[in-house]
Amino acid sequence: MTSVFDRLSGLQEQSRCALIPFITAGDPDLDTTAKALRVLDQAGADCIELGVPYSDPLADGPTIQAAATRALQRGVKLEDVLEIVRGTAGEISAPIILFTYYNPIYYRGIESFLKQIKDAGVKGLVVPDLPLEEAENLLKPAAELGIEVTLLVAPTSPQERIKAIAQKSQGFVYLVSVTGVTGARSQVASRVKDLIPMLREATNKPIGVGFGISEPQHAQQVKEWGADAAIVGSAFVQRLVSGTPEEGLKAIDEFCRTLKGAIA
Amino acid sequence: MTTTPIHPTATTNSQPDNLGRFGRFGGKYVPETLMPALAELETAYQKYRNDPAFQAELQGLLRDYVGRPSPLYFAERLTEKYARPDGTGPQIYLKREDLNHTGAHKINNALAQGLLAKRMGKKRIIAETGAGQHGVATATVCARFGLECIIYMGVQDMERQALNVFRMKLLGATVQPVEAGTGTLKDATSEAIRDWVTNVETTHYILGSVAGPHPYPMMVRDFHAIIGQETRRQCQEKWGGLPDILMACVGGGSNAIGLFHEFLGDTSIRIIGVEAAGTGTETSKHAATLTKGRPGVLHGAMSYLLQDTEGQVTEAHSISAGLDYPGVGPEHSYLMDTKRAEYYSVTDDEAVQAFLSLSKLEGIIPALETSHAIAYLDTLCPQLDGSPRIVINCSGRGDKDVQTVAKYLEANGGF
Repeated sequence: MTSVFDRLSGLQEQSRCALIPFITAGDPDLDTTAKALRVLDQAGADCIELGVPYSDPLADGPTIQAAATRALQRGVKLEDVLEIVRGTAGEISAPIILFTYYNPIYYRGIESFLKQIKDAGVKGLVVPDLPLEEAENLLKPAAELGIEVTLLVAPTSPQERIKAIAQKSQGFVYLVSVTGVTGARSQVASRVKDLIPMLREATNKPIGVGFGISEPQHAQQVKEWGADAAIVGSAFVQRLVSGTPEEGLKAIDEFCRTLKGAIA
Repeated sequence: MTTTPIHPTATTNSQPDNLGRFGRFGGKYVPETLMPALAELETAYQKYRNDPAFQAELQGLLRDYVGRPSPLYFAERLTEKYARPDGTGPQIYLKREDLNHTGAHKINNALAQGLLAKRMGKKRIIAETGAGQHGVATATVCARFGLECIIYMGVQDMERQALNVFRMKLLGATVQPVEAGTGTLKDATSEAIRDWVTNVETTHYILGSVAGPHPYPMMVRDFHAIIGQETRRQCQEKWGGLPDILMACVGGGSNAIGLFHEFLGDTSIRIIGVEAAGTGTETSKHAATLTKGRPGVLHGAMSYLLQDTEGQVTEAHSISAGLDYPGVGPEHSYLMDTKRAEYYSVTDDEAVQAFLSLSKLEGIIPALETSHAIAYLDTLCPQLDGSPRIVINCSGRGDKDVQTVAKYLEANGGF
């Protein structure tokens, strides 16, 4: 499995927009999560974000909150999530990015956490409640281990901050498209159109746009505005639990192919 | 009359540092979207905390609208209860924050932040509430200043604090029920933060405790520091000296810090915070964060936290909605680690007994939160020599809790 940066910058060179689906680990169950990783990989996902369920997901809207709550009620633990990564990372070509809040990392100890996820085959890490000022303790040991920690830029971030974040971010720079939490929305915020060039000025690293991207035309829109990757979360999470696990897997397979087609 | 400065007079304590850290605690663990808003808030706070016009307006309202200063009251019959046979024993004083407008200390902070929001040009106010006291205080301030007000409150808390829900509605606020999680303060706070992330450009979040990301723990502390500043002056007036022991209940810890902050540099004074032990700290149903938790991150700050072996935040429990929180303000974690303050806990049962006892002995019905601090006298007083002067922060009144206590008594065999 290649690194997140190599995968995304390779596509960037070919002027192709990448697709990064997100699913919550353990929802509806761990077995389906493992299958979903393979399905998404086959259906054209360029990287996959795997959400570790957390009790207090501050940056998440109702869809992913509910998914995390269901997974926790089933007793899903980090070790279970990593077990799935261990079992699939070798078989799929899309690098896996772990999406987790900071407290579970801190609880285990940063170094020990990083070693565990590295050993399991995780390539990248997104920690939505760890802004630049607090990220230093994580960035350094992660870089030593070769885990790419991707930082987030928000519509409210001033230009100087955007530069500093872009400089430290690894793998790609995650542009949050809205002031708000994750979740499907009817359209992409128009300010993204101005934010992408501003971010491009600050960095050559790939730019991924996420939060609120839920339709093929949204993905198409951010591609047209110059994004290197479209990140789609809640729309996948919702489809995966619609009906039986088999129906859910079929739904995300089709959705992933449709999205991919829209930005190919 | 003596005007009381809002900025802290204790010079021995310059915490927190530039990153908002009290030792290893505090900081800003929030989504990037909020970082500029926190910076904007900090800048505004630094600008106005020493601004004469801001201070004049705040001091005027604290006096004429809130009713400050709140009295320091000698609790004669409560003192008698703990007297030794020879008549000596601890002398117990109550700092009567329950006499403030809206019935608790919470108005000090809500009023000051409301004034700040007005100057920052934010017309929409959000807040979280557990017991409803902070929600009522915020709704009151919004009514007074003509600001839109949305209060997030857990569904379980809305049930056990129905009176306060009605008060908030009377004051023109929208009470937004939060069903997530356990439907208590933790979940209400998370939802308020999500609202703030979404509406940050038009909205000010009046956080109600010394918790959350920097600058809240510092700013909320400073807005409540008037409690300790008045206490110092009142002790001087009453006996020409300092208190020997300060005591307050601790959920997030705002009333406690408000009393303690002024005296942190007076090392002769014992400082005691009392947490909620629910059904007992040896059970899983308690809110004794400092006693039983370990460091972690919740709602934007590093502090002690109730969590499981996976680093998932666990449910807290207390009969008192205002203490029913798995986190605690970062400065309290710091004060415990540096041993400047001591923290203990009392159970639901003990708190209810204190609630009944203070009502009958002093004609003061305390909030269930406050009752925790009162209850610790049972443990503390027999350990003391001589006649030390104890000041307890009587942080709120208990009208809102009578139904909860009635229900408790019904289930546990009456008075």
